Amino acid sequence: METLYVICVGVLTSCGVYLCLRGRTFSVVVGLTMLSYAVNLFLFSSGRLNLQDAAILGMSESYADPLPQALTLTAIVIGFAMIAFVVILSMRARADLGNDFVDGNEPPDMNKLIKPNRDKS
Amino acid sequence: MIEHLVILPILIPLVGGLLMLLPPFAGPEKFQYRRVAAAFLMVTQLIVSLVLMESVVQNGATFYAVGDWQPPFGIILYADQLAVMLIVLGAFLGLGATLYSFAGHDREGRYFHPLVQFQLLGIYGAFLTNDLFNLFVFFEVLLIASYTLLMHGDGKQKTSSNLHYVILNLIGSSLFLFALGTLYGITGTLNIPDMSLKIAQLSASNQMIAQAGGFLLLVVFGLKAAMLPLHFWLPQTYAAASAPVAALFAIMTKVGVYCIFRIYTVVFGDQAGELANMIQPWIWPIAMMTIILGTIGVLASTNLRILVGNLVVVSVGTLLISFALRTPEATAAGLIYLLHSTLISGALFLIADMIGQQRGKALDYFVIARKMKQQGLFGVLFVVAAMTIAGLPPFSGFLAKLFILQSALGAEQQMWVWLIILVSSLMTIIALSRAGSTLFWRYNKNTNNAQVTNVSKWQITGAGLLLLASPMLALMGDSVVAYTNNAAVQLHDVSYLIDLMNFAGDTQ
Repeated sequence: METLYVICVGVLTSCGVYLCLRGRTFSVVVGLTMLSYAVNLFLFSSGRLNLQDAAILGMSESYADPLPQALTLTAIVIGFAMIAFVVILSMRARADLGNDFVDGNEPPDMNKLIKPNRDKS
Repeated sequence: MIEHLVILPILIPLVGGLLMLLPPFAGPEKFQYRRVAAAFLMVTQLIVSLVLMESVVQNGATFYAVGDWQPPFGIILYADQLAVMLIVLGAFLGLGATLYSFAGHDREGRYFHPLVQFQLLGIYGAFLTNDLFNLFVFFEVLLIASYTLLMHGDGKQKTSSNLHYVILNLIGSSLFLFALGTLYGITGTLNIPDMSLKIAQLSASNQMIAQAGGFLLLVVFGLKAAMLPLHFWLPQTYAAASAPVAALFAIMTKVGVYCIFRIYTVVFGDQAGELANMIQPWIWPIAMMTIILGTIGVLASTNLRILVGNLVVVSVGTLLISFALRTPEATAAGLIYLLHSTLISGALFLIADMIGQQRGKALDYFVIARKMKQQGLFGVLFVVAAMTIAGLPPFSGFLAKLFILQSALGAEQQMWVWLIILVSSLMTIIALSRAGSTLFWRYNKNTNNAQVTNVSKWQITGAGLLLLASPMLALMGDSVVAYTNNAAVQLHDVSYLIDLMNFAGDTQ
């Protein structure tokens, strides 16, 4: 189970990092969402992954750590609010700047550039 | 009542900010009510923080267990001299920025004053808390307030720099949570002094993981503090912000610096066994390069606000040097420098805005433009601020830089520290005198500035208040130095903190 969990977190994180490095705000927002999913899973696992552990004292031999669950809940709420904010902000930036690039400048279309004519030389 | 004093700096802006969203303060036409309420809240916060400071000086550092859940399980607010001093600084800066905004900046958006209160709530909380996850929560509070404050007053420039700022900080928050998860998974605690006990007892393989978590935290705090190579967002962002917001943001980088001081002294400090002072070899080059690049930025700036933004980067580098020296004396010197640089960069942002207001379309760019109407007044303000930030006597900057140079005496890197700080000061003087002579002396003689209105009295009050603090710091130098020395000793005395929280029994 640990291996599967680790692979999930790893794939989510690397996808998130890759998408965050893209030029357009849409992919960046999706990347940020993936990063926050990955971090929530990661936080949850910091209390160790156990099956069939009781959350209530006196019910079992071993116990599940309740704190990571509380931390994850807080992180989900905060992450959700922040993502909502960045979605609105990028829509605003799309309207204000006239394009959806993070740096506000649309790169020139390489196909339309006049190519130097090398045949003459 | 007196035992609840510690939480008051958090409660007052929280409740005050929320009340300002309700009638009779809500609504665009009720701005006068909001102004009265905001001024009242700021003065109350300043008084409460001064009372708290007095009580901490008299009775020593105290902690407040929220909901009476005792450490290490509950969330602990810990008020020592360092935290309280920074809260007073935040309240003072907030008062100056709020007074300045009464000139009309606060009417560009309806929620300016409540947002300033929430911003201050996050800042005070980050200074007070002694729990890593709670620190994350307060970081988010101050960040969400800063995202919206940065948008205050509209404009293309603001949208594009805010987009960068928000995305960077969201990535920073994710990294913060990764670091927290790592450290919690290894040590099983989030309480800062408790973690410092657990770190020292880790097995060798776990130490590596804790080290990874510690370095991740450094990236997060470095991003907030704008240390190299994470500083590039700062000048543009601060230059785009509306003036009172930029002045208030002068303390935001210091929150990051404060966290570096706190975490890497208490958790990864001298007593952390194998991990003791693990970031120190990294901080040296980072601090020096931050100063060098900040200074180059200062020389290359095309307008006064970007120049001040770069000065903030230089001040962060200087603070990191005082951290890297790792002695209480150096920390004390750094704290004086922190007080001085925060107040003066705040004042400079306000002055830049006033100058820009009277130069028409040229704003505060270093070009020839019409003569300012209140040339004399701005000239005096600018000269005082410039001399202070460059570190010329008789103002506080001289005192602060002198102490930092003195504390580097005998350290291995003494020559580098002296060389870099002195050369950077010289370059700052050159850049500022060039900026001043362009702004004040090279004007277009034929233009008529009869229609230009005088700046509001509120603007002069706000900027003057922040600026006045600098000669006051120099005049009361004796007691300020005594106070910061005590604060630094208290910060470095981790066993005192552990005894106070009563952990000594649990560990064996």
